[in-house]
Amino acid sequence: MGRLNVLFPQKTCDTDFIRRVEKESRQNIVKCYQCGNCTASCIYTDVYDYPVNQIMRLVQLGQKDTVLKARSIWLCANCQACTTRCPCNIDVAGVMKVLRTMSFEEGAVSIRNIQVFYDEFLNSVKTFGRLFESGLIVMYNLKAKKPFTDVDLVPRVLMKGKLALKPPEIKGKKEVADIFERFKEYQKKSHKD
Amino acid sequence: MRIGVFICKCGTNIAKTVDTEAVARKALEYPDVVYATDYMYTCSEPGQEEIREAITKHRLQGVVVAACTPRMHEPTFRRAVEKAGLNRYMFEQANIREHVSWVNNDRESNTLKAMDLVHMAVEKLRLNHPLFSSKVPINKRVLVIGGGVAGIQAALDCSEGGLDVVMVEREATIGGKMAKLDKTFPTIDCSSCILGPKMVDISQKENISLHAYSEIESVSGYIGNFKVKIRKKATYVDWNACTGCGECTQKCPSKKTHDKFNEGLGSTTAINIPFPQAIPKRARINAESCLYLTKGKCRKCEKVCPADAIRFDMEDEIITEEVGAIVVATGYDMFDYSVYGEYGGGRYPDVITSLQYERILSASGPYGGHIVRPSDGREPKDIVFLSCVGSRDASVGRPYCSGVCCMYIAKQAIITRDHLPDCNCYVSYMDIRSPGKNYDEFVRRAQEEYGINYIRGRVGKIYPKGNRLIVQGVDTLMGVQMDIEADLVVLATGLEASDGARELAEKLRISYDQYGWYMESHPKLRPVETNTAGVYLAGVCQGPKDIPASVAQGSAAAAKVLVLFSRDTIETDPQVAFVNERVCISCGKCIEVCPFGAIQWKTLRDGSQKAEVLPTVCQGCGLCNATCPPKAVQLQHCTDDQILAEVNAVCE
Repeated sequence: MGRLNVLFPQKTCDTDFIRRVEKESRQNIVKCYQCGNCTASCIYTDVYDYPVNQIMRLVQLGQKDTVLKARSIWLCANCQACTTRCPCNIDVAGVMKVLRTMSFEEGAVSIRNIQVFYDEFLNSVKTFGRLFESGLIVMYNLKAKKPFTDVDLVPRVLMKGKLALKPPEIKGKKEVADIFERFKEYQKKSHKD
Repeated sequence: MRIGVFICKCGTNIAKTVDTEAVARKALEYPDVVYATDYMYTCSEPGQEEIREAITKHRLQGVVVAACTPRMHEPTFRRAVEKAGLNRYMFEQANIREHVSWVNNDRESNTLKAMDLVHMAVEKLRLNHPLFSSKVPINKRVLVIGGGVAGIQAALDCSEGGLDVVMVEREATIGGKMAKLDKTFPTIDCSSCILGPKMVDISQKENISLHAYSEIESVSGYIGNFKVKIRKKATYVDWNACTGCGECTQKCPSKKTHDKFNEGLGSTTAINIPFPQAIPKRARINAESCLYLTKGKCRKCEKVCPADAIRFDMEDEIITEEVGAIVVATGYDMFDYSVYGEYGGGRYPDVITSLQYERILSASGPYGGHIVRPSDGREPKDIVFLSCVGSRDASVGRPYCSGVCCMYIAKQAIITRDHLPDCNCYVSYMDIRSPGKNYDEFVRRAQEEYGINYIRGRVGKIYPKGNRLIVQGVDTLMGVQMDIEADLVVLATGLEASDGARELAEKLRISYDQYGWYMESHPKLRPVETNTAGVYLAGVCQGPKDIPASVAQGSAAAAKVLVLFSRDTIETDPQVAFVNERVCISCGKCIEVCPFGAIQWKTLRDGSQKAEVLPTVCQGCGLCNATCPPKAVQLQHCTDDQILAEVNAVCE
């Protein structure tokens, strides 16, 4: 996706989006006065498409599509340096987290493999009651269409006993699966509202 | 009593949500009310005329006006009833604007509340008595607290106006922060060259007495007659004998003393004179580092002093000054830069404050005016200036703009380029605030003529690399992170209320805001007055401002003092406490609680003792009234009976 070059604030400003980000992150987005300290403190800004201060600006401008499709929100390491140094006391990392959730819900995740990883991670927990790491790696590699990634590490981690070949056996497997069902119900209900 | 009630519509301010006609009709039902009406603008000249006419025509003995807050127009209406021949205290004002129409939109309930407030005012007025103020002479001396540029200006203007001035300065020399500056913006004129003559004037004017190295111990009294206790802190040098020759400072062996005047850059001797142009130019011994006062051995200065001025047995002395007005000009302190751990101020010697940099630039500073790094004395090749360190930052409790940093950064960078043309200067800024005469032109010149690099964005952190520093910032205009290697980093630390400002405010009974800045009486129309009559403000103690504004405020405060002193007497407020001697049980509780010392014992002819209020000292706070067990002490114009009458009216 190309960078945003021209902006028509009246046409594309989504005020509901701003309200939702504010509500879910419990932050007052308008407090941001664009000093840039978040970007100055950011360790991954070199791989971002929009530096974090511009993400904040885009939220202020209600540019929902651009924000939710940005790569930056997925590359954020949630290290909280931005939150720590924000002179306006905004939990910037918290806002990024909310944006990730919204991007996921809207199916706007711009990096396909990230969506794949999240899906497979949750699938694994749902199926086995807790994470089955070996299974996740295999499924992820297959679905991400790069089956041989990190294959060279396999003998070493197996020898050290870092990875189990069998899925974990835990009590309350069904109860964990029920959480997913309940969440689905909850989502359906809240969408109706 | 015959009472007239006037309901003001205040244009639409009140009439929009209060049925003023209905309130006026209802008022006629209240006891003693013989006349009631509503009017468009009661405070206007015809409005006041209407009140005066009604007083004559209806032979009114008391007037109620329901309008805005009494803080606004009570004096206006009191004058109006006085002109018609009534005593000014036979007037009551009900606030149906700030307390009714501006705070609620429901017309019906607003009208009912307005009726209640008018009813209360009527019931109170029925118990009012004529009161008369007395006159007390004004002591035409003025106290100026703080000897910075604002205080100096106020003191000199008062002195020129023929007043006796007492100046109290906490440090050993006057001059304040301005004396520490190298040059001033936007003209780059030498700070000590323009301040020096004014400082000398202070010491030479015969009607100014200067108490340096002194602090305010306590303040009592009231406008026209303050009594101020001043603590003259021990200097261990007899300033009447000391000539300021400096012989002692040459010989003092304790050379590692913290140099406060040079902001901790370098060190000084235990006995020292802060700087060559100090006023008074007298030596003072720092008791914490003096070898004799800490370890009992040395007395070198005593031996070399040609004037025999050393007094190791000196103690703090309390003196009392009586003045009629007080100008407070206590200035500010710099924000503590170590709060920003990520900038390393205090840990890295080459991360310094802007005031330290002023001392580096100054020819009388620790390095003789050569720009070098404090760590290794090397000339810097790259300097980064960080703006808004302790300003516009809610996370450190300083959300306000300090107002001067943008300008002094530009000045410091320009002087740097003048001294070291090969030195690169970078300024990290959020916004450039330069709204003054020739200010923005000055900042433009810094960029256009002096090639100073302005980078838009804050700095995240500073860390050392070799013997240089990496400043990790951002250029938000580009949306890129930016790492700058620097030899020296100057933090433009913001201004904060000076240490002890709150304690002094409590002694003076003036108010301050949440940051410790003193509150002016009105933000626009009474900028140098405080809510305590006779106490005026000048300079940064009221809020951040630059030198021209501080000087202007110093002069303004002086003008206010001169206006006050243009009269020989002032009228006292008669709304003070009064003792009913037949009820007084002589318990003395009122004397104990009075914060102003306004109640004393009085011996009657039968030998019994009763409490007596000194009406000129009483401030009408009402503490005695609340404390008195048989309620013998009553606050005139606000008696217990009047309060109960109001309560009865509202509960009817």
